[in-house]
Amino acid sequence: MHDDKFELGGRVFRSRLIVGTGKYRDFNETRAAVEASGAEIVTVAVRRVNISDRNRENLLDYLDPQHYMILPNTAGCYTAEEAIRTARLARETGVSDFVKLEVIGDQQTLFPDVPATIDAARVLVREGFKVMPYITDDPVTCLRLAELGCVAVMPLAAPIGSGLGIRNPYNLRIILEQMQNMKVPVVVDAGVGTASDAAMAMELGCDAVLMNTAIAGAREPIAMAHAMRMAVEAGRIAYLAGRIERKLYATASSPLSGLIE
Amino acid sequence: MPMITIELNGEPYALEAGTPVARLLTMLKLKPNRVAVEINQAVVAKAEYERTIINQGDHVEVINFVGGG
Repeated sequence: MHDDKFELGGRVFRSRLIVGTGKYRDFNETRAAVEASGAEIVTVAVRRVNISDRNRENLLDYLDPQHYMILPNTAGCYTAEEAIRTARLARETGVSDFVKLEVIGDQQTLFPDVPATIDAARVLVREGFKVMPYITDDPVTCLRLAELGCVAVMPLAAPIGSGLGIRNPYNLRIILEQMQNMKVPVVVDAGVGTASDAAMAMELGCDAVLMNTAIAGAREPIAMAHAMRMAVEAGRIAYLAGRIERKLYATASSPLSGLIE
Repeated sequence: MPMITIELNGEPYALEAGTPVARLLTMLKLKPNRVAVEINQAVVAKAEYERTIINQGDHVEVINFVGGG
């Protein structure tokens, strides 16, 4: 189990926890939480430079792109065109050709716009991006995105920031079976609330888990980052170790022979 | 040098005519390897920063990475 590695878009990682960098008090807390999580991949958002702000501190001064794989997202985009434009800008920073593709379909639920996500993925894959789409936990949609050449599919566990955990483990299991056949990693993205949710995703056989609010929104973000690190590791090892069958009735753990009479 | 007005990140911004992207970034105290630039919705390649002159009325976007999920 020591040589268990996570392969993604031609790169190899040891950590199977991908963390977001939003909602922290400051860059120091961001860095401390990322370090405690053991993550090697961190997501970031693409936004206008604040021209009037004289403080020129940059997130990447706290998260060295030599050390972390920076995964820019297209959060806040509601059309394929906006997402494509954002991804192109992100790549031109020169930091990463990976993109977490997000095309939101509805402001209240933040569920993905599936057709627009597929359209954007098609264009970005053709342009050489390593596309990781945030998507509904729908097996057929994941299949289409994998066929297009996405380097991973990232079905949601529950709505972004909801902390509801894995709402549909059965769909995830179908997605996992299909993606294992296609050798496309499955990353559960969004909806994790606490450590057991992350462990469950890994026990199901997911390749990695991506989260932000569950850590950044915890009362003690750095402690929660540590908990998530252990949960993802425990879940992964349990998956590899192979859990026992669920049975309705008891089976004794102690020998039935040799009882005193 | 005559001055021109552009739209920079959605706000009017005045600069000298003939300013290349590279000099704009220097004026803004931004490191080129931390940002990306778009002029009129077309991404400017980093290798073109010295050569790309900003023109009157251009819509210039300068982005960087911020915390996000």
